[in-house]
Amino acid sequence: MLTTILKRLLGAIPNLIGVIVVTFLLTRALPGDPAAFFAGASGTAEAVEEIRKKLGLDKSLPEQFIVYVRDLASGDWGFSHATGQPVLTELTTRLPASLELTLAGLFLAVIVAIPLGILAATRPGSWIDHLCRGIATAGVSLPTFFTGLLLAYIFYFLLGWAPPPLGRLDPYLSAPPTVTGFYLIDSLIARDFEVFIGALKQLILPTITLALFVLAPLARMTRASMLGVLSADFIRTARASGLAPTTVLFAYAFRNALLPVMTTLGMVFSFLLGSNVLVEKVFAWPGIGSFAIEALVASDYAPVQGFVLSMALLYVLLNLTIDIAYGFVDPRMRVDG
Amino acid sequence: MSALLAIENLSLEFRTRSGIVRALENVSLQLPEGGSLGLVGESGSGKSVLSFAVLGIQDAAATVTGGTIRFADKDLLADAGSAMKNMRGRELAMIFQNPRVALNPIRQVGQQIEDVLRRHTALRGAAARARAIECLADVRIPDPERRYTAYPFELSGGMCQRVMIAIALACKPRLLIADEPTTGLDVTTQAAIMRLIRDLGHEKGMATLLITHDLGLARDFCDRLAVMHAGHIVESGATETLFRAPAHPYTAQLVRATPVGQDKLENLASIPGNLPDLRRSDLPPCRFSERCELRGDACATALPSVDVSTGHLVACHHPQLRTRP
Repeated sequence: MLTTILKRLLGAIPNLIGVIVVTFLLTRALPGDPAAFFAGASGTAEAVEEIRKKLGLDKSLPEQFIVYVRDLASGDWGFSHATGQPVLTELTTRLPASLELTLAGLFLAVIVAIPLGILAATRPGSWIDHLCRGIATAGVSLPTFFTGLLLAYIFYFLLGWAPPPLGRLDPYLSAPPTVTGFYLIDSLIARDFEVFIGALKQLILPTITLALFVLAPLARMTRASMLGVLSADFIRTARASGLAPTTVLFAYAFRNALLPVMTTLGMVFSFLLGSNVLVEKVFAWPGIGSFAIEALVASDYAPVQGFVLSMALLYVLLNLTIDIAYGFVDPRMRVDG
Repeated sequence: MSALLAIENLSLEFRTRSGIVRALENVSLQLPEGGSLGLVGESGSGKSVLSFAVLGIQDAAATVTGGTIRFADKDLLADAGSAMKNMRGRELAMIFQNPRVALNPIRQVGQQIEDVLRRHTALRGAAARARAIECLADVRIPDPERRYTAYPFELSGGMCQRVMIAIALACKPRLLIADEPTTGLDVTTQAAIMRLIRDLGHEKGMATLLITHDLGLARDFCDRLAVMHAGHIVESGATETLFRAPAHPYTAQLVRATPVGQDKLENLASIPGNLPDLRRSDLPPCRFSERCELRGDACATALPSVDVSTGHLVACHHPQLRTRP
């Protein structure tokens, strides 16, 4: 198992090199001159030239690339010119916010979608099957910013049940000491339950927004996969051996149906990470997505490069995790090809 | 002699979108304790449907519309609840065709045996494991301790079928239903598997219901045969009697289509026509009549049950009572 993990990690290196090259070139190809942008409207031609020199933008592309890679390797991911903070610091404080939100959304989606999919598969054509289809259709067809706004409107503005959609924590509460960067976990570590409840309250609406969106593919995939497995020969064997229906359903059918569900899970996860920008905007969530968008608009190279690179790293890790999880679920995947 | 398994006038229908399929009609058969009965007929004749109904694992769209199934003097259809659930896999067991896909692909074969043991016996933990290994040894699997942890994809088709037999026999059932147990296996493996089923049947005094379309196989293996055609049992009797003096024209044609010894291909007869569509509302009483060369006016009237000789029943208006040369 350990050698498999090592092999997969080594196999990810070419991907990373590719990502570094592409992000570098892509940001250079973006329209807009950052030097002119930072010099401001009143900047003279000399000032622009000076800033360009300071940023190293006067050098040739290969030279810029070598400098870029050398800096990356030494942990210097550049500065965000918009916030004045090192990109690495910005990313490490903002990434947990995005991750916490994404994971919470996924978790909620999984605990709703999988039972729903299983129930729909065991009772095709029943009301629960139609419910599953209805939720799935609604979830896919409503864009996240719309559901986000709708939820905020109903539960904050009209009903007043939810706190104002302004970030991760009530402004009167102070963030827990950073251990993992996840407020829910950090507040528990600090045994500060007031902060835990506060953070949870802030999380609920954006989490539901994200969960609604990914519910659909998960529930549909669970249903389809379970339907396929339930009609398999080995399920008939299990029933003929008199095994209890719950054993047949979970130990036999569900574990076999899990692989496509896991693939879907990995896909929606990576999809969510990059695309929850809109949800972050709606709920003023200090995440990595809104950060990247702002940087992009301001032709701020370093944060954009940092964002794409950290996403690439996350995808590699995610795929690795899923590959390893496959191995646990399906022994056929353990054989190294 | 009271039969271990007695099916009386069983009728079963499938409700489908395109109409009602009358899959079984007035099916009766008996299997004594320790006996072996071959249920033969072409694909689609209802053999598997019948065996699934015995185990109570028929499709949700299937409805039993009449008749009884008695096993060891218990009414299986009336006891469809918990009594049946406890007997399934313990007193009645079944093995299937294509063993490689009939086993859970992601569970160790030993654990699959243990699942059955845990369901039907008080064995747990190390004792269950020991018994599972014993079951693997019983079906002559070499090195059973090591095979316990194997997954089906690591075993050959023959080995998988042995595992399936081990699962079926784990609780020492009184009746084993073998549904085309050698389909999907090599010819050499087929013989070994059939020998294994027969030997284990004798050792444990277990009755066997062999479902097959291979008449030759049924002849080698079974004391008695029941011939199915389109959801009817058209003829039943002792194996040798049926082979020497088939009374039903369908049986006669089946026998002529079965190679014996050095038969050449051109000596074998094929049976013209196909099974009738069982959704039709104008099915004739004798579902074979449309393919039959002996058809007469009588065939449009209710099907008789003719006692040709002791224990030899035929459902035909024109039974062939002569002996085949």
